[in-house]
Amino acid sequence: MKSLIRLAICFTVLIQSQLYGQSDSMVEIEGGEFVPLYGTKTEIPVGDFLMDVYPVTNAQFQKFVKENPQWKRSKVKKLFADENYLKDWKDDETLGEDQFEDAPVTNVSWYAAKNYCECQGKRLPTVDEWEYVAMANKEKADAREEKSYNRFILGWYETPNTYKNRIGQTFKNYWGVYDLHGLVWEWTLDFNSVLITGESRQDSTGENNLFCGAAAVGATDLMNYAAFMRYAFRGSMKAKYSIKNLGFRCVQDVKPEAL
Amino acid sequence: MKKLILLLSVFGLMTACDNGEAKKEVVKEIAENKAVLNLTKELPELSIYNLPSTWTTQENENIELKDLRGNVLVMVMIYTSCKAACPRLVADMRNIEKQVPEKDLDKVKFIMVSIDPETDTPQRLKKFSEENLMTDDHWMFLRGTPEDTREFAAVLAVSYKKISPIDFSHSNIISVFDEEGVLVHQQEGLGVDNAETVTAIHQEVSN
Repeated sequence: MKSLIRLAICFTVLIQSQLYGQSDSMVEIEGGEFVPLYGTKTEIPVGDFLMDVYPVTNAQFQKFVKENPQWKRSKVKKLFADENYLKDWKDDETLGEDQFEDAPVTNVSWYAAKNYCECQGKRLPTVDEWEYVAMANKEKADAREEKSYNRFILGWYETPNTYKNRIGQTFKNYWGVYDLHGLVWEWTLDFNSVLITGESRQDSTGENNLFCGAAAVGATDLMNYAAFMRYAFRGSMKAKYSIKNLGFRCVQDVKPEAL
Repeated sequence: MKKLILLLSVFGLMTACDNGEAKKEVVKEIAENKAVLNLTKELPELSIYNLPSTWTTQENENIELKDLRGNVLVMVMIYTSCKAACPRLVADMRNIEKQVPEKDLDKVKFIMVSIDPETDTPQRLKKFSEENLMTDDHWMFLRGTPEDTREFAAVLAVSYKKISPIDFSHSNIISVFDEEGVLVHQQEGLGVDNAETVTAIHQEVSN
């Protein structure tokens, strides 16, 4: 009986969030094939899907935690989050004083992010999906060879504490998605599909000169370098890590079958 | 239907995370009491038995990880069509098994979890176990959903990626869990000295 009630509760939450999901901004990403910047040299197919326009905010996560108390800072099991989980919050349900409600939530583990999306009837994007959408600048679906695009990303990598900023202040990309670059790093569903080895330079699709920046640096080198940073970051993650500049957003398959 | 599965999995996670405060201190059972391990007491927070996923064995039986509670677990993630590292990982597992005294074997489970659940059906896992002479009760092969497999790999800090229709790249890690499902030891690499792993198993069995 008890479990039946619980089911009903999650069901209600799910229905509610489904409604949100519709109005809450997601945009459709038209799938295609692309060669990721790292990990393979072959074309990877990406299907159609919907992606959140913005990363999940502090306020949204606060609501989630209130509805799902097992994700409160004092309740979360150590298997699912390390000691940095929501560490800048004042307490279990209150944001820290210098945290904006519409800043991206960070210091969340992969498990928490994954469950947040699941409870919205969504899921985390795969690495390939994330990278596919993140190739875009304002005008082009694939701007990876644009020097300005790469300079922007690398410029951000060097800027501290952007995670404190509000969402939606970077550029709106080709698909209508904001903040893939310039705000926070984001969890992906299969972040643990990245295998970085001592010889990982050889896995790159580009030339084997990622670390030789002293010579003339073209756009290709820059984009490989930026992507390498992201893949290396993912490869160094563990699912329970909660990091101050790491947030997430959700995606949804385009035509989910009706219940 | 997919929605329903999602709903159920959300439900599963909710119940799994809704166990209330876990006790910090786990009372170690003395060896004689192991058979009657108290299954009602709270799981440690770090226990993999907090994972709600359901798995299918090579005997086509459905189990939850927590059904394994009370055993020392030695786990590795493989796929049966693998030609490169897996045979060596399997050999490593066998090597470790050989060093565990006969009398302890009923307290230990050696578990291979498939990273290729689409290919590795229970039938296939069964065949693999027979070909590799791993049919004793202490050998177990598990297959789950792609999502649960990804999550389980995250727990073990195992990375894997499908690199072609028949091939995966993956990390080579053998993990040892105590009888409450808490990770106590990991060895990484192929054909490495497994003395520490054997010691870890021995320690947990005699606790």
